[in-house]
Amino acid sequence: MALDYSQKVMDHFINPRNVGEIANADGIGEAGNPKCGDIMKIYLKVNPDTNIIEDVKFKTFGCASAIASSSMATEMIKGRTVEEAWNLTNSAVAEALDGLPPIKMHCSVLAEEAIHEALNDYRAKHGMEIIPIEHHED
Amino acid sequence: MFVYMDHTATTPTSPEVLKAMMPYFGENFGNPSSVYSFSRKSRSAVEKARTQVAQALNADSSEIFFTSSGTEADNWALKGTLDKARLTGKNHLITTQIEHHAILHTAEYLHKFEGVDVTYLPVDSEGFVNPDDVKAAITDKTALVSIMFANNEVGTIQPIKEIGAICRERKIPFHTDAVQGAAHLDIDVKAMNIDMLSMSAHKMYGPKGVGALFLRKGMRPENFMHGGAQEHKHRASTENIAGIVGFGEAMEILKTRLNEDKAINSARRDKLIAGILDKIPDAKLNGAVCGDKRLPNNINFSFIGVEGETLLLDLDARGISASTGSACSSESLDPSHVLLALGLKHEMAHGSLRFTIGRLTTDEQIDYVLEVLPEIVARRRAMSPLWEDYLKSKGEN
Repeated sequence: MALDYSQKVMDHFINPRNVGEIANADGIGEAGNPKCGDIMKIYLKVNPDTNIIEDVKFKTFGCASAIASSSMATEMIKGRTVEEAWNLTNSAVAEALDGLPPIKMHCSVLAEEAIHEALNDYRAKHGMEIIPIEHHED
Repeated sequence: MFVYMDHTATTPTSPEVLKAMMPYFGENFGNPSSVYSFSRKSRSAVEKARTQVAQALNADSSEIFFTSSGTEADNWALKGTLDKARLTGKNHLITTQIEHHAILHTAEYLHKFEGVDVTYLPVDSEGFVNPDDVKAAITDKTALVSIMFANNEVGTIQPIKEIGAICRERKIPFHTDAVQGAAHLDIDVKAMNIDMLSMSAHKMYGPKGVGALFLRKGMRPENFMHGGAQEHKHRASTENIAGIVGFGEAMEILKTRLNEDKAINSARRDKLIAGILDKIPDAKLNGAVCGDKRLPNNINFSFIGVEGETLLLDLDARGISASTGSACSSESLDPSHVLLALGLKHEMAHGSLRFTIGRLTTDEQIDYVLEVLPEIVARRRAMSPLWEDYLKSKGEN
């Protein structure tokens, strides 16, 4: 097994940011399944007046790149509006981590999907339109 | 602290072995096939090694054939036997679901390109093959039974003697992949009814790039390597003299210290297993529970809620080298076929961790792992939604 992770991936894996849960979260989203070895759960605290994500936490079961992707993705959407957060793509997460090995790209996809699920959960609770989630092939 | 606990992956070539090998890179570089007297040294070195390997197995030296690896020995035994058997209309191979890829992928090849029917026997939850299943799988088309001596992932030792007796009675050649078994256990090919056996030097403190196939007298699978007349015309290619010499030395040394090593390793293995069970909640031991039926150096656990690769990297950050059956350590997304065959759920197979101890292991290292591992597992579980779900479901029950 040769693991060629970037220093950024290792940093976010060893010291993940925003780990945990938010009690009474405004939006919760989950992606992945244990069979494949990855589950990601995202919790959002959103200011209803500004639609700005004031806090975000995650819990992830998965390999190092799954944990690093969750950590990086939560950092990237914190302080953004729910609209801005929707536009976060998996490739932006992977890029921010200085790349992921090709076989691990699905980990960044999970981060994107978990965030979309959480955002839709928030949108549904606030009478906003649900946006269909694009599921990637891998 | 540097803690190497992956002796099943490979072992360091021991200094005595390396010393024995050195002259054959330099001064004694002769080709054993050459006629002049200078080459005699190379020739006799190979024959000495052949005797060393044969004696360790209670075989005759004429029954040992050196190869480039355990993988080549496995390929040779399977392809060579089926190639010949198919000429007489026999095209059935019996093996197990938990073999090393050297066997499994060879069997898949034989099925795909040569139309061989392959029966993959199941194993029980500890990884044992039931000899009755072997008996029941045999048909009049069966050309070969190939069952590993001991499993590389979970350490389960198969009832080889019993399976060998069944095959002998039915007059079906019996091959065993003993790449791990031969590195730790006393093997007597005669008493154990073994017809063919694969081995590898680098698992037993010998060099990489050399293995052997034991072929009991009368066993003549079609050659795998075609070319020159080396290895009594059964395995072409100029001999890897230094490697073969190293293999012979390694095997002789192994044999002299086998019982002592077994006792030391088993004691440390049992201490590590007991310590993990004691210090880490919901830790599941994978493989044989009874120590006598488990490789003396194998410790394999699953920790629900944690994925194996994260554990490896956390351990690596603390200087510990281990291994996992998680998909994340492989090129596919499926976890270990061995753990799945034992009946583990995918998420448990993804959370497996293997320590394989050996000559580099010390008592202090065992204590160190027992100090570090519980923290690591607890920390990763704390960030796992699967662990959270597991605790909830446990609370409900």
